[in-house]
Amino acid sequence: MDAISNTFERLGGVNLLPILLAAVAFVLIGAPSSWVTLTVAGLAMGMMVFLMASGLSLVFGLMDVLNFGHSAFVSFGAFVAATVLAGLSGWLASDSVALGSLALILAFTAAILFGLVAGWFFETVIIRPVYRDHLRQILITMGAMIVAEQTILAFWGGTPFSVPRPSFLEGAWIIGDVSIEIYRGFAFVLGLIVFVGLYFVLNRTRIGLLVRAGVEDREMVEALGFRIDRLFIGVFMLGSALAALGGAMWAGYETLITPALGAELMIIVFIVVIIGGLGSIEGTLLGALLVGLMSNYLGFLAPKMALASNMILMVAILLWRPNGLRPAVK
Amino acid sequence: MSLLSLKSVRTDIGQYAVLHDVSFEVPEGGVFVLLGRNGAGKTTTLRSIMGLWTPSPGSITFRGQDITAMHTADIARLGIAYVPENMGIFGTLTVDENLVLATATGRIDPDRLKWVHGLFPALETFRDKQAWSLSGGQKQMLSVARAIIEPRDLILIDEPTKGLAPSIVDAMAEAFREIAETSTILLVEQNFGFAKKLGRDMAVIDDGRVVHAGSMAEFAADRALQDRLLSLSM
Repeated sequence: MDAISNTFERLGGVNLLPILLAAVAFVLIGAPSSWVTLTVAGLAMGMMVFLMASGLSLVFGLMDVLNFGHSAFVSFGAFVAATVLAGLSGWLASDSVALGSLALILAFTAAILFGLVAGWFFETVIIRPVYRDHLRQILITMGAMIVAEQTILAFWGGTPFSVPRPSFLEGAWIIGDVSIEIYRGFAFVLGLIVFVGLYFVLNRTRIGLLVRAGVEDREMVEALGFRIDRLFIGVFMLGSALAALGGAMWAGYETLITPALGAELMIIVFIVVIIGGLGSIEGTLLGALLVGLMSNYLGFLAPKMALASNMILMVAILLWRPNGLRPAVK
Repeated sequence: MSLLSLKSVRTDIGQYAVLHDVSFEVPEGGVFVLLGRNGAGKTTTLRSIMGLWTPSPGSITFRGQDITAMHTADIARLGIAYVPENMGIFGTLTVDENLVLATATGRIDPDRLKWVHGLFPALETFRDKQAWSLSGGQKQMLSVARAIIEPRDLILIDEPTKGLAPSIVDAMAEAFREIAETSTILLVEQNFGFAKKLGRDMAVIDDGRVVHAGSMAEFAADRALQDRLLSLSM
């Protein structure tokens, strides 16, 4: 058993899990074209969930805050971006890639800016009074989530909101028997860029060093002369902005959104954060990819099990590694 | 004027009063030792100085400046370093990253680093290792190294010899002697043998009150006083 465990660790350890999952699915699915389509869909979904979950993981790990209101940023990000895109539908309908790209950039920028400002407000007004009190955190952030959902309902109405996409992101690439939706490829690439950016900031900058140290021992960071409360605001704003960007991406993916979008995704987001390990960006990416792949493979192989698949995955991983796949604190 | 002064400090943790009336003065230079039994309030005293728990009432002054209600980070920036009992190292960061984090600018002075590596050679050997993989003694060395990687006026050190092998304790004593040539050390220690080798001045704390203060030489010579205050026979 030890020999297997050592070999597994030497070959890459938990980083191999998405590859192992894909290999098992390949055998079970049988048809390579279906497998490729499902794998790309799973990776794209995983990257979008990663965008939403990464901020929550840092907030959880660094600030020890259980923020159920995180879904509000996802929902608002989706609706803000959708509204900007709807307002620029003329640009989107044109064949111009430049105009379509500009509309998309403006929509995502609006979602990110909204996330930053709302994150600052949320941390200052709602979270700060309840630091170190998990019960009150749960109550107040769940309350905030309900208020946010109702606010979206009041502004945008209860009927599903249609989200236009730039024409260059419509359709699919056809390679032999394989069909890959262009938007999914785009979601994967954008998620990867955000991951690389976050990884660089966390591992190659002084701010990142402080965040990583703060996840382990906040008190000691303060004793070294740093105001961790100021770092908290920055991390919370970043997490909120990433959630809003994830919501905006998800809106373009679904093309029809409702105010309950954030709350519906929240279960998946929490599962990803827990199985990845609190405060770990690499763990969050791993967890998100596993959840994305598992959902798509099981949706194809055993549709009735699709909803339960992520719960089963979480239970299995926590039985194996109670602190998650790549916890930030050893 | 003393470097650090505590006057009638009372610190409550939740509904419990841990420090009732702590007053003592730490002169500049050398090692000042705070002795006491388990649960006497030694760690709480250090944490109160660092602003991790706020005393009320009472006052703490550093170089004449009232730091009683100051934020921990601001107290640290005045030139006070803290080595907690649990060492407080960041396990997922490398040895070098732990040291870099303790600098004000993010850059370590090469001469200073050379001096620190001279005191604790293991930290040079394992500079790229993640800190969680170090031994207990090496972790303690890293914790002390982090406190001295930049010049500090006062270093608060909480039970640095706890659980360490005798050879490491000896090395630590040598390092403290050298550090005390340029900084003042306020050392909390239960190992009286270690403390009396280093201390110039001392105080004994019991049940949240200072019950004795004076020179270490006199205290070390008075066996009856030691027995009475520490219930120890060294």
